Amino acid sequence: MTLALIVYRSLRQHALSTLVTAAGLALAGGLLMCVWMVKTQSQAAFTQSTTGFDAVLGARGSKLQLVLNAIFHLEASAGNIAAADAEAVRRHPMIKTAIPIAVGDNLRGFRLVGTVPELFTTVEYAPGRKFVVAAGGRVFAADQREALAGSFAAQRLRLKVGDKFRPFHGLAFDPKAEHADDFTVVGILAPTNTPADRVVWIPLRGLQTMSGHDPKMATDLSAVLLQLRTPAGGFMLDTMYNKQGNRLTLAYPIGAIVAELFGKIAWFDRVLALVAYLVALVAAASVLASIYNSMAARRRDLAILRALGARRRTIFGAVFAEAACIGALGAAAGFAVYFGLFAGVANLIRAQTGVVLDLGAGHPVLWICPAALIALCALGGIVPAWKAYRTPVAETLAPLS
Amino acid sequence: MLAVTDLTKSFRTPEGEALEVVRVPEFSLGAGEQLAMRGESGSGKTTFLNLIAGILAPDGGAVRIDGTEMSALSEPKRDRLRAEKLGYIFQTFNLLQGYTVLENVVLGMSFGPRGADRGHAREVLERVGLGHRLRHFPGQLSTGQQQRVAVARALANRPRLVLADEPTGNLDRAHAREALGLIREVCREHAAALLLVSHDEETLAQFDRRREFAEINVALQEGRR
Repeated sequence: MTLALIVYRSLRQHALSTLVTAAGLALAGGLLMCVWMVKTQSQAAFTQSTTGFDAVLGARGSKLQLVLNAIFHLEASAGNIAAADAEAVRRHPMIKTAIPIAVGDNLRGFRLVGTVPELFTTVEYAPGRKFVVAAGGRVFAADQREALAGSFAAQRLRLKVGDKFRPFHGLAFDPKAEHADDFTVVGILAPTNTPADRVVWIPLRGLQTMSGHDPKMATDLSAVLLQLRTPAGGFMLDTMYNKQGNRLTLAYPIGAIVAELFGKIAWFDRVLALVAYLVALVAAASVLASIYNSMAARRRDLAILRALGARRRTIFGAVFAEAACIGALGAAAGFAVYFGLFAGVANLIRAQTGVVLDLGAGHPVLWICPAALIALCALGGIVPAWKAYRTPVAETLAPLS
Repeated sequence: MLAVTDLTKSFRTPEGEALEVVRVPEFSLGAGEQLAMRGESGSGKTTFLNLIAGILAPDGGAVRIDGTEMSALSEPKRDRLRAEKLGYIFQTFNLLQGYTVLENVVLGMSFGPRGADRGHAREVLERVGLGHRLRHFPGQLSTGQQQRVAVARALANRPRLVLADEPTGNLDRAHAREALGLIREVCREHAAALLLVSHDEETLAQFDRRREFAEINVALQEGRR
């Protein structure tokens, strides 16, 4: 109780420096936890967001670009493949499901993807989970100018069943590039927390035969999404398309290819983490400096406490505990910073990619980081605590008579 | 109650010479006894009290309080003995400015055998007439009230010996008389011995037993200061 009272009163007496120091710690802790959690969760989410497919077949080019374009609906298409190639892979004995897609148009910035209705009726985008069309809607018919909107796209575009729209040419929105074709929204997909939520899906033929598109390419596809019967099939197809062939690219396995992306940008989160570590160190040093600098002002109080019978170790413990308390305050406020930052970043990632990060997810860093902050601050408190420990009582209380 | 034998203390001057401030061959005070000691400013009285309180280490000699020799104890045990058996009233009160009146007294008690007994702290503060100022901070009190808080803090642990260093030095005549009366009365109530040092004649005149500090401090007699 005594120690708690001494610490509490000291924190109150130096409220401004306590708050400023704790705010610095909160920023460091929050930033560190956010960087860590976003990195960990986005890596896991992206490598697991295969939307139910094992591989992607596309034009000759980068596997990463193929995956980003076909699975995450980011980046431009590497090029087209002929319908015959899609048909050939569909008939391959190692292929369980082949879903063709075509891209190239958008609806006010949201990508239009042409595909076949089977994507929504037969494919499980996650184990045991199929696409669900919200009540009152249905999947588009393959031969109609109809659309099925992903949940996020529908929400942002304010689309509802029965709405009509005209697509815009290209992947980036240009109001002048409007097509003359009218599509009717016939269904809204329930949220899947996958990139599919950010897409307005239309029939493959609808996209291929859109007014203004080159009629010679009316049967071309952007990619074919593949489910394999066995993993061995992936390696067999990899040899066939990537090593022996020179026209097409097979991206397999999808998770490993996305992981390569994170490997390429690992330097970025290392820099961010380094910045956060430095901020944490500076914040801990500021705890040391702020308490140390206030020692002159509190020497008399400490000497009075000693004169009242407080032991040296009590005085040491009070200053040490005060430093740890500032660390604990900073760590607690750091969670507020973390939640705020993480929510912002998660929203941004969801808006850009459709991948959802879980704010409520646990991770050891969420206790290691606050504990490390408190320990660093307590460590920073040792020097002023030692100074307090050595406070000469008689000299401090009164001049010698 | 208090027995001092061959107590010496020197300080080093800026020129590096040793300056003997205290040399007391013998001094004692009985239980419940009240003694006023007269000494001029700079005569070493505060150093003498600090040596008795154990907040200053002597160069030699012994201080025995209630049968226990201070200098034979380790520092933590000396701190404990001080908290248990001694009450110290300073000239400048030495109240903790960031703590309330009640907290000042509670903290004073918390290092002693009673622990942080808020109920008893309240009683003592009521006894010195500050029951209505418990949540005030020292800066919000008059000088006389601050002195009463210092008295309450020194006596809250029912010490066997109270040391008072110029306790009325910062008070006007009327408040000085009142404060001194209170200290003596509360010491009597608690059966605590009181050793008061002062250079103020009016303060000293209120005590039956008075001594000159120069009589007991050989360092002063020999003019070494």
